[in-house]
Amino acid sequence: MKKLLSVFGVFLILLAVICAAGCVSEEQTEPTQLKIATTTSLYDTGLLDAVQDYYLEKFNVDLLITSQGTGKAIASAMNGDVDVLLVHSPSQEEAFIADGYGVNHRGIAYNYFVIVGPADDPAGIAGMTPEEGVTRLKELGDAGTEGITFISRGDNSGTHSAEKNIWKSAGFNYTAQITGSGPWYKETGAGMGDSLTTAGQLGAYILTDEATYLTYKKNNNLSLEVIIDEGTTLLNRYTVMTIDPAKYPNTNVKDATAFTNWLISEDGQNFIGSFGAETYGKSLFTPMNTLVNSSLPPFNIDSTTPAVIPTA
Amino acid sequence: MGEITDGFLEAIMLIVTMNPEIMEIAGRSLYVSIIATFVAALIAIPIGALIYYYDFHGKRAVINIVQTLYALPTVIVGLLVYLLVSNSGPLGSLKLLYTTNAMIIAQVVLVSPLIVGLTIAALSGLDKEMKYTTMALNARAYRAMMTLVREAKYAVLSAVVLAFGRAIAEVGAVMMVGGNIRHFTRTLTTAITLNTSMGEFATSIALGIILLTIALIVNFGVNILQHHHGRMKDD
Repeated sequence: MKKLLSVFGVFLILLAVICAAGCVSEEQTEPTQLKIATTTSLYDTGLLDAVQDYYLEKFNVDLLITSQGTGKAIASAMNGDVDVLLVHSPSQEEAFIADGYGVNHRGIAYNYFVIVGPADDPAGIAGMTPEEGVTRLKELGDAGTEGITFISRGDNSGTHSAEKNIWKSAGFNYTAQITGSGPWYKETGAGMGDSLTTAGQLGAYILTDEATYLTYKKNNNLSLEVIIDEGTTLLNRYTVMTIDPAKYPNTNVKDATAFTNWLISEDGQNFIGSFGAETYGKSLFTPMNTLVNSSLPPFNIDSTTPAVIPTA
Repeated sequence: MGEITDGFLEAIMLIVTMNPEIMEIAGRSLYVSIIATFVAALIAIPIGALIYYYDFHGKRAVINIVQTLYALPTVIVGLLVYLLVSNSGPLGSLKLLYTTNAMIIAQVVLVSPLIVGLTIAALSGLDKEMKYTTMALNARAYRAMMTLVREAKYAVLSAVVLAFGRAIAEVGAVMMVGGNIRHFTRTLTTAITLNTSMGEFATSIALGIILLTIALIVNFGVNILQHHHGRMKDD
């Protein structure tokens, strides 16, 4: 019996120690909490973890960041589950604001999507515009050329929207002519990193944001190389929005507004602009304040006007 | 192949150096799943005993439904609990979404059918005579049920351990309702998902090894308890 008790005792102590470690951080009630929904491609670079640490220390606000793909991020924002939305899908952002869910829309940073593929470029599309490149891929794919595969996210993510936009700009009807048009076009329905792995394994072409590509290439010996990286349809613009308190009066608009203003402040812009430079040899994001006027095409986003706390 | 060996090395490093972020995540996984299993056991063992004890119309159908729920997809549980606790859902005012409490609720829903079903199975494993004797000896039904559960305690305990295993290993539900928020709702399984999508395969494998180690320790602890208990009874 004694032995049994001691075994049980050790077990309890172990539990208590582990629980204490787990609970301490949860009981930090002093900082206020700001809930942010964002997309995997932004979160997976590690930028927001760095922002989270910095922001807590400097402003005593805990950023609760959840990253679940653009579709889910927007859905949770529409349900009022978060205070701030950070995404990169112009058409979906527009709809979100038109439906009255978002206010204080500001641009925070941009980089470029790139089309990556096997180093030997079997389709010979290097140096083409994105539109010419995908047209060539479609022609070769339809002809059943050996070794030509294009991987699509196929998940209504920001990157998927950008890909559809390129097909449209190249003169194709995505639903009728591209998706399901043959074995050359494969949809993973997975996140950016998983899709990149799939493309790497299959030796396929894929549209990816540059940041995830660089992260993945460094961490995971991804065998794909950048094939096309120039063209206006490759612009990847990240923006922030506050959930309109008219829809959900119980969200944290005060901290949301302060956070928006920090992101577009010089301090915030420098923070974003310098992120990743050490690890990847180049920064992963270009801050908006490097532009003379971000309101002009192709950016089309205000990135300087200070946000004012919205009222219901 | 390199990733697997790297994963093992990294797991050892993370454990030996007591990496604070990993310890926090492992602690949270344990906390959520132990509480969830405990709550589920409190609810489900009595329900299982009730279903076993009473003969009623449609009993087989009820047992069938319970057993079907073993296959409840974790993401569906997550989605249902999400819709329930979302700010625009019926329990939205409680502000449960993206908290460990929401994760506990989801895991309770997930593993309760398992405990109900296996409790029924455990009790059905007892001698039929015992049921009737116990019924005859106990004026109150709940006392009879408690006696029966006590008789089948090892099998019931196994059910609880199995439920804990399902709870701590699942990722779909805690991802949905917890949101995998760093320092708040990140568990071992959601951290594995995140690290995999970030291309940090070695870290994922390391976290997987830590999860298995925790499961091993828990099972080991329960086995020791059973063993000691069993021996004492024999003496």
